[in-house]
Amino acid sequence: MITLEKRPQPSKLWTAITPVLAVIATMIAGGFMFAILGKDPFEAIRTIFWDPLFNEQFAAFSRPQLLVKAAPLILIAIGLSVGFRAGVWNIGAEGQYIIGAICGAAVGLAFYPTESFFIFPLMVIAGALGGLAWAMIPGILKVKFHTNEILVSLLLVYVAEFILASMALGTLRNPEGNGFPGSRNLKEYPSAFNAELLPGSGAHWGVVAAIVAVIFAYVLFSKHMMGFHIRLAGQAPKAARFGGVEPARLILFCLGVSGMLAGMAGLFEVSGPAGQISIDFNVGYGFTAIIVAFLGRLNPFGILLAGLLMALTYIGGELASFMLGVPTAAIQAFQGMLLFFLLAVDVLTNYRIRFGKRGIA
Amino acid sequence: MKRRTILAGAVAALALSGAAYAQDKTKVGFIFVGPVGDGGWTYEHNQGRLAVEAEFGDKVETIFQESVPEGADAERVITQMALSGADLIFTTSFGYMDPTNAVAAKFPNVKFEHATGYKRADNVSTYSARFYEGRAVQGHIAGKMTKTNKVGYIASFPIPEVIRGINSAYIHAKKVNPDVEFSVVWAYTWFDPAKEADAATALIEQGADVILQHTDSTAPQAAAQKAGNVITFGQASDMSEYAPLPRVSSIIDDWAPYYIARVKAVMDGTWESTDTWDGIGPGMVGIGEISDAVPADVKAEALALKDSLADGSYHPFTGPLKKQDGSDWLAEGETADDGTLAGMNFYVEGITGDIPN
Repeated sequence: MITLEKRPQPSKLWTAITPVLAVIATMIAGGFMFAILGKDPFEAIRTIFWDPLFNEQFAAFSRPQLLVKAAPLILIAIGLSVGFRAGVWNIGAEGQYIIGAICGAAVGLAFYPTESFFIFPLMVIAGALGGLAWAMIPGILKVKFHTNEILVSLLLVYVAEFILASMALGTLRNPEGNGFPGSRNLKEYPSAFNAELLPGSGAHWGVVAAIVAVIFAYVLFSKHMMGFHIRLAGQAPKAARFGGVEPARLILFCLGVSGMLAGMAGLFEVSGPAGQISIDFNVGYGFTAIIVAFLGRLNPFGILLAGLLMALTYIGGELASFMLGVPTAAIQAFQGMLLFFLLAVDVLTNYRIRFGKRGIA
Repeated sequence: MKRRTILAGAVAALALSGAAYAQDKTKVGFIFVGPVGDGGWTYEHNQGRLAVEAEFGDKVETIFQESVPEGADAERVITQMALSGADLIFTTSFGYMDPTNAVAAKFPNVKFEHATGYKRADNVSTYSARFYEGRAVQGHIAGKMTKTNKVGYIASFPIPEVIRGINSAYIHAKKVNPDVEFSVVWAYTWFDPAKEADAATALIEQGADVILQHTDSTAPQAAAQKAGNVITFGQASDMSEYAPLPRVSSIIDDWAPYYIARVKAVMDGTWESTDTWDGIGPGMVGIGEISDAVPADVKAEALALKDSLADGSYHPFTGPLKKQDGSDWLAEGETADDGTLAGMNFYVEGITGDIPN
């Protein structure tokens, strides 16, 4: 008989090991899945986790790409972690990311073809404000009318997607694009282009912002009163109220921070790697960031590592896909397993396993 | 320092072996926007890939990546494919245009072929199919077959390609049935079975008994089958599993001849940057078997129309034609030029509703 016994305190040791354990379990289960699909499981796992970093043919290119892919994930996940710790569930980062990208790109395109150093900073501010404004909708509705922020923020993703399509087809459409959808390519507009800071490094301003956000979150949680309030509200809402935490202010702060960071992530992406507002601009970073936030245990440095790991599975997954012919759906299932196992082994943090017969009372 | 040297040596060795390898096998890559099992657009491109393999056997190696988002990820995937030693890469969706050209600039020795775009370079060709020719045949059958005089059209995105199709189908339906009306629903997706099914059901409930689709899944076919007394046309691939009813015919994209010719050109060293826009004539657009649900005389007319499109004696956009706002477009006997067609952003006279902006 196996029983679970609740630990008086969440285990520190298990908090640290469970992500590693989840990755190992994913490798094993994923290996079986690849074997069933008729692929060599060891080769597939090696291609996903090893080749992007160390394969001579690809690594020089794919290593910097890790930063490109991880930066928006980390930036968004850091914002989400602030809310998640306080029990404020912003599920709509994808929408805030889209609106941030639209606002930032619109500011940049409004100046086209003027060249000036202040255009890009203005775009960053517009992106942040766009994300902030979009996140304030569920925030204000929750504070004023007690609506559920999970539903409102999630549904606003679909609204944002329609606005994105409308922008790509209408207002922001490239007037020299032969009637095809999509804005001008910001890569061809130097003042608005979020270029690599060092050629070949992959590091654009979004990567810098992600690192700054990690440090900011660390300071917030460990040194600042607001960080204490956030943790208190998440762990003991009643105590928080007695402790002088204003719930309305806290909700708006959490949604605001996550919206702003998501909006900035959108801006850095549209002005850099993506280059243009197009109908399919968003590829789910806002949702994947939720996984990253939990994979990183809502800890800023954990999120940094989790974002890099997630980026690795994406890039390695692409390599496995065309080098070994692994179906894309199998790669997605593999990534899904990661979250599944993480949540599954998470039980060990709060419970301990007891073998043997349960005593009869 | 030491590690650097070893690495550099390894890279050099790999590059050498790569070159030697490339001589006996031509490596051809494909970037797909959907899953190869979508039953439509990507499915047919993948059929083209398989045809290349069948044609050249072990002289060729093909690789592909499915469901590649059109944006930042595309550039990385195309780059990785070029790094893996591909000689020729087909990028099979409009949204890959800028990424394809960006990667092509970095790999001057790799040839690129971009579907449905308009940006070319010394090592980037473009190719597309004149699907609007097939739409003319569909429009003819639709106009003849509808009893409610209401034709539903599931459109994907308001881009020239889709607008051309709507116009072509409408012109030819109207020609044989002056009372016909088109209702266009914009699904804002190329492939989303749930959305497409909803759109089809909504159109059928509004009285449409013919459903045309410019989206790639078979969901509208299933919705029409469920409703009964509604006819449909396969899109991108034959969708013959829904024949003879509701699917009465189809537009089939046949990329195989083009892909084989281009791979051959790379092997022979005769590859050049070109712009190809082929229709029914060269076989890039196929009309799927017209089922027995269509009366014999209508079928004969449709096939005659197809033949006249194939030999070029008839152009689907032949004047007199006016734009939706009533202004003149084409004079009697005048045909539309490719430039106007490529950037088409207006409805022809008679279609109700606006192109969304």
